[in-house]
Parts: sequence; C-alpha cells; structure tokens
Amino acid sequence: MRRSIIFDTTVRLVFDAALVLSIYILFAGHNQPGGGFVGGLVASAALALRFLAGGVDEVRDTLRVPARLLPAVGMLLAIGTAIVPLAFGKRPLDHGLATWDLPLLGELHVATATVFDAGVYLIVVGVMALIIEGLGE
Amino acid sequence: MLPSLLLLHAVLGVCALAGARRFGRRALLVGAIAPAVTLSWAALSARGILDGTPRTSTATWVPGLGLSIDFRVDAFSLVMVLLVSGIGLAILAYAGNYMGPDRSTVGRLAGLLVLFAGAMTGVVVADSLLTLYLCWELTSVTSYLLIGLEDETAEARAAARHALIVTVGGGLSMLAGFVLLGLEAGTFSLSGLLADPPSGTVTSVALVLVLVGAFTKSAQYPFHAWLPRAMVAPTPISGFLHSAAMVKAGIYLIARFAPAFAEVGPWRPLVVGVGLFTMLAGGLRALRPFDLKQLLAFGTISQLGFLVVLMGIGHPAVTAAGVAVLIAHALFKSALFLVVGIVDRTCGTRDIRELPELGAGWGPVRFVAIAASASMAAVPLLAGFIAKEQAYAALLDGGTGDRLVLVGIVAGSVLTVAYSARLLTAILRPDLLIAPDRPRSTSTAAPSVAFWAPAVVLGALSVILGVLPRLWSGLVDEAARALDAAASAHLLLWHGFNPALLLSAVTLGLGAALFLLREPVARLQERLAPPVDGTDVFEGILDRVVRLAGWTSRTTQAGSLPLYLGIILSLTFLVPVLALLIGGAGPIRPESFARPIHWPIAALILIGAVATTIARRRFAAVLLLGSAGYGMALLFVAQGAPDLALTQFSVETLFVVVFLLVLRRLPDRFDHEPPRRDAVLRIGASVIVGVGSVLLFLAATGSRVVEGISGEMSRLAEPIGGGRNIVNVILVDIRGFDTVGEVTVLAAAAIGVVALLAGRKRVEEP
Repeated sequence: MRRSIIFDTTVRLVFDAALVLSIYILFAGHNQPGGGFVGGLVASAALALRFLAGGVDEVRDTLRVPARLLPAVGMLLAIGTAIVPLAFGKRPLDHGLATWDLPLLGELHVATATVFDAGVYLIVVGVMALIIEGLGE
Repeated sequence: MLPSLLLLHAVLGVCALAGARRFGRRALLVGAIAPAVTLSWAALSARGILDGTPRTSTATWVPGLGLSIDFRVDAFSLVMVLLVSGIGLAILAYAGNYMGPDRSTVGRLAGLLVLFAGAMTGVVVADSLLTLYLCWELTSVTSYLLIGLEDETAEARAAARHALIVTVGGGLSMLAGFVLLGLEAGTFSLSGLLADPPSGTVTSVALVLVLVGAFTKSAQYPFHAWLPRAMVAPTPISGFLHSAAMVKAGIYLIARFAPAFAEVGPWRPLVVGVGLFTMLAGGLRALRPFDLKQLLAFGTISQLGFLVVLMGIGHPAVTAAGVAVLIAHALFKSALFLVVGIVDRTCGTRDIRELPELGAGWGPVRFVAIAASASMAAVPLLAGFIAKEQAYAALLDGGTGDRLVLVGIVAGSVLTVAYSARLLTAILRPDLLIAPDRPRSTSTAAPSVAFWAPAVVLGALSVILGVLPRLWSGLVDEAARALDAAASAHLLLWHGFNPALLLSAVTLGLGAALFLLREPVARLQERLAPPVDGTDVFEGILDRVVRLAGWTSRTTQAGSLPLYLGIILSLTFLVPVLALLIGGAGPIRPESFARPIHWPIAALILIGAVATTIARRRFAAVLLLGSAGYGMALLFVAQGAPDLALTQFSVETLFVVVFLLVLRRLPDRFDHEPPRRDAVLRIGASVIVGVGSVLLFLAATGSRVVEGISGEMSRLAEPIGGGRNIVNVILVDIRGFDTVGEVTVLAAAAIGVVALLAGRKRVEEP
C-alpha cells in the first residue's frame, strides 16, 4: 500500500504522546475527569491512527503481544480485584487505599480501584485491537 | 484429616489423568493410594466413631458470603466410606486385568475412578448442604466421563449424555430444594437441619424437589432408563458407579432425611410408591434381557427401589434393616458385576445365547457367582438373607400400612429370586436357558488368579457376613442409630421359627417356581411389554426439545435488520409511553433545555442526523452521523460533564474508524432504494420514536417524587471510594459490579467478533 510520509511521521509523533495521555487519564481518573474506559478509548484511537498509517501489520508490530491477550489480562485484573478481597474476609470489590509521601513527587495515593480500572483499560484497548485486526486484513 | 483425604483423591486423580498415556496400567497403582489411605483411616477411626462421637472438620471457604466446608463422619457415613473406598480398591485392582491394551484409556479410567471416589466420599461426609450438592454434581460429571470413556462409539456418547442430563437435572432440582430447606431452617448445615427440621408447605415442596434429585440419581422410575444404558461403560465402572457407589447417593440422602421428614407432607407416600413400583418393574424387566449386564442393571434398579422403600419409610427398625440391605447389596452386586466382566473378557461375549459353559480353572469364579447370586436371592447363610430377614421382621412388627408395603416387598423379592436364578443359570449352565438343540460348547480359556482375586474377596465377604452376623451387627446397629436415635439392629443367623422365616421360605419357593415357569412367563411378558422403553421416551423428549429450540431460533431470528431495529425501537418507545399514559406525567421543567448555548448544538445534531438519512454515499453518511455524535459531546460540555464529553468524543472517533473498516468491503453508494411504502413506514416510525422519546424524557425529569441518589453518591464518593471524581468512584466502587458485568460483555463481544470473522474466513478459503 502507498504510505504518506507526512501522515506516517505525524502519527509516529502523536502516538507516544497519545499513549502517555491515555495512561495519565487512567491514573488521574480517581480524582479528576478520566478513568479506565476513557483512557482505553484514547489509547485505542492512537492505535487506530497507527492502523490508518500503516495497516494491520503496523498495529501488530506496535502491540508486540497477540491482541487477544489484552482482554484476557484485563478480565483477570478486573475479576481479580473483585475476588481477592474475599480472601481477606471483605466483600467483593472492596477497595484498599494507601498513601505514601514520596521524595520529589509528593503525596502518592494508591488505590486498588486503579488496578480494576487498568483492567477496564486493557479490555477496551484489546477489543478495539481485535476489531481492527479482524476487519483490517 | 478429612479434607486432606478428599484432596488426596483430587491430586492423585488429576495426576493419573495428566499422565494417562505415560503411566498406562501403573496409573491404577498410583490412584489406588487414595482409596487405600481412606480405607485405613476409616478402619482406624472406626472405634471412636462407633462409640458415638462423629469426626468433624470445618474449613472456612468464603467468609464474606458465610460459606464454609463442613464434614462430619458418623457411623452411617463411616459405612458408606468403607463401602466406597473398599469396593473402589477392589475395582482398581480388577480393572488392570479387565481393560484392553490401550494405555491412555486405562490411565484415564484410573484417574476418573479416583476422582469419582473422592467426590462420592465427599457426598457421604459432607455436613453442609451446599458441599453435599457440589460433590453430588461432581459424581454426575465423573460418571458422565466414565460412561463415555470409549468415546469413539456413538452409543457410549449417547448413554453418557442421557445419564448426565437426567442426573444433573435431578441435581438442580435438589439444589432448589436445599436452598428452600436452608432458608426455612435458617441453616445450611445438614446435622443442624435434621436436628431441628422445619415443616409446612415450603418444606413439603422442598422435599419433593430433593426427592426428585435422589430418584434420578438412584435410577427410580420414571427416571431409571439411564442406568441400563450406562452399561456400555467398561464393567469395572458399572460395578463401582452403577451398582455399589454412585447410585447409592440417592439412597444415602433419603436415609439421612427420612427420620426427620418422613411425617412431612408427601414424603412417605411418594417414597414408598416410587420405591415399590421401581422394585417390581425393575424386577420384571430383569427377567427378560439376554445381555448379562442388562440383567444386572435392571436387578440393580429393582434393589434400589427396595432400598428407597426401606430407608425412606422412616420407621426406626426398618431403617436399621435398610442399612443391612445396603451393605449386603453393595457386596453381592459389585461381585456379580466383576464375575460378568470376567466371563465377558475371557469368553468374548456376555450374551446368554452365545455363552459357552465354563470349563476347568473357573472354580473360583463359579464360587463367587453362586455366593453372590444366592446372597441376592436371600438364601440362608448369606449376607443378603440376614439383611432381608431384618426387613421382613421390621415390617411385620409395624402397622397395617407397613404390612401392605411388605406385600409389595415380598412380591419384588420373588422376582429377585427368579432373576437371580436366571443369572446364575446363565453363568453355570447357559444351555438350560436356550433351545436345547444348540450344540454345547465349553470355554477353554480360564481367567488368571489376579483377575478373579478381587471378585473372590467380595464374594467371600457375602459368605462370611452371612455365616457370622455378629461381625457386622454392631456396625449396622451404630449406623442405624446415627440415622435415627430410636433405631437398633441385632443381626442373627437364627431368629427361631417366626413369620419372617416363613416369608423368606415362601419368597424362595415362589421365586423358584417363577424361574421354572420361565417360558410361559416370558411369552406373557412378550405380549404385555409396552411398545416403547424409557430410552425411547428420553430420546423422544430430547428430540422435541431440540426441534422446539430450532423453531424458536428460526422464528425470532429471521435475519432482517430493519425488522430487528423496528421491534427494538417500537418496544423502547411503547413500553414507557404506555406507563406514562397509565401513570400520568408530572410537571414539565423547561429550564432543562432552555439555555441559549443549546440551540446551535441542537441545530448541529439535527442537521447531522437528517443529512445522514438522505446521504447517497456511505462514507458521507458515516461522517454526518459522527457529527451528530460530536454534537452530543458538545452538549455534555455545555452541561458541565467533562467525563462524559471526553468519552463521547473518543467513542465517536473510534466509531468512524470502525465504520471505515467495514465500508472498505461495501459498495460506495447506497444503491438499494427502499420501496415508497417502506420509506413512509420508516419515516413514520422514526418520527414517532423520536417525539415519544422527547416527551418521555421531559416527563421523566419532571416526575421525580423522592430526592435523587446523586447527592448521596457525591457525599459518599470521597469517604468510601477515596476519590474525588464521583463518576469514576461510581464506576469502580459504588456500582463496581455493574462495571464487571459490562466489561465482561465487552470481552465476550470481542470474542464474538473474532469468532465471526474467523468463521467467515473459513467459508472464504475452503
């Protein structure tokens, strides 16, 4: 297929930034607008750009792992955070929260809810990647 | 100790399965460790348990849901554990010589048998209804796999499916009964439930549901047909699961429940009616088959009916007799199966019409056949006689009802004597059962010592227990007392001349007469036989269900997208509007749509939507639809919902990309113009649905009667969710279960997409 150098280069420039943005959205989601679903959508949009620039092969190269692994790992994370609290005598999906003071970075909140959200993120990206792979051949 | 015993079964079973091909016959040795250890444990703890202190163990499972795994071994459970592990051991020893040379089949058999033995042990030691149910269904599943062990034959697969559907279906009914009982009693502990049994209508319904489970498992009419079919399994499996162990699970459950529930509602009439009918019908059917295993299968059904009556009637003395019959039956029936297996393997057939006479070297097998058949027919000096005497005596001592039941039992026992005689004759002198002009042949091959040794052990036990009843009198007594504190048993060889002895003599005499008159009886049965049997009925029902499912799919999934859309849209519109018309609408609040910023956005959405419908090119339509979507996102921005807006923008963008992927495969333009009538219909439907939705939302926002939950959620977000983004806290915490459900749907949809596309690829590239 014919590739446009300008589009190609622009996509490469934008892609990493978009991924970083999507991960920022994922983590910021707990206190500011964002979350796993939106983060996953932004990452998927970045992936879609890669597809538009270079087709399915480029998407596969970018992912490095088979696309079907992403929803699987995502489901494991999401269901895992739902089930693990049971082992500690809590109700399913009870979330823990820890706060540390880190040098330079300041106060850091870590919530297990973020792990759950990361699962959602992976599922969304994975579903889009699967659709692109399936339809884009 | 108990949980580790069950765990040992699971681990060894899985090991044997995993290494089936490599281990071959050695898998039987590996697997045998589990029942051997269980048997030793049971023997070592027998003294303490028989003194009246049950062994218990409790392991917490899911504390958050209040679930725990409780085990309790009292004397009756001990009897069951001894039978399961003891006979299991004999079966594993026997299977090595029975099975053919295929290594992986032997290995799989060993693994599955051990897994089954573990599940069965779990059933009889569980003290929580839910643990019992879990193990119960595990026995059904392992039974399914074992019946279908030789899965290359269609017959085996169909038989396995039949057994699975019937027993698991019964199990589900039982689960519903357990849940009702647990809720009525306020406890899911078996001992707690039986100590303080509830009563009333709900309990009656629950008991019927539980009984359905027990009847299916123990092959009672009208669910019996799976058991004769299961005889396609290799004989070690039939001898273990389908005579001595698994089919006793229903008996076990009935025995446990009867003392507490026999007086409640329909229990006694149901149990006695079904049991007696099964005993008679199974006994009659056992007089007909020429296949020895079929004969044994119907005999087993008949004996199970007998046990259901004894255990279910709920009178202490009869229950005690039931325990004795249970033990005697397990011993003689498994021995008989082993004998039939030996004959089948060595002579190459188990069809009465083709059996040769057994020649030299068959002495031990003959001994087992005689001992076990005689025990089955309740001939004196054998375990079966001791047990049946108890049953006769106990029922004679009861009231009028019990004596009526006794009449049925005696009739069933007469049939038992007749088919026992038929079985024994078939093994010893098959020529007597068929036309005498057939040339007599004699088997030259004889089985090896290792092959018949397990059968001889089981057969000898029938004799030893029959001659020395005090060996097991204490065990039966304690086991009966564990079921019903008022029960007691005193097994004796000689009770003196009494009515029970007379009945035994009458039974034997009538049975012998029935056997001698076998030719006229067979002709009569031939004439009276119903045109269909249970298997036909089951397959007929299954066939109807499949056809009904096909019809439903064809009718509801016509394959027309406009039709689907039309139904979905008109329903989403009609149902709420009907509610609105019936319930009336509240005041309309104009402030929700009257801000100036809304007007240009609404115009954008409108233009996008209308333009989409009149676009000629697909690509243009997609872009226009996207612009309507972006308009929605702008609306969210205007309303101060950045989360929603961000999500909507991303979704719209991706939506366009996915559409582009699909469009590559479609023509550039919409070339198909719908007929005018259709177009009018569609426009009409769109307008109605659109206007209706607007009215609905206006009415909905105005008809709030209590304060919304959003205030409460924003108050809760920070303290319980630890986040300041309410939307996100709702998604991951407050309504986290919803999100789990939604992402599961998403992942399932992805699998669906992949599967659909993969299927299409296969069609394209054959």
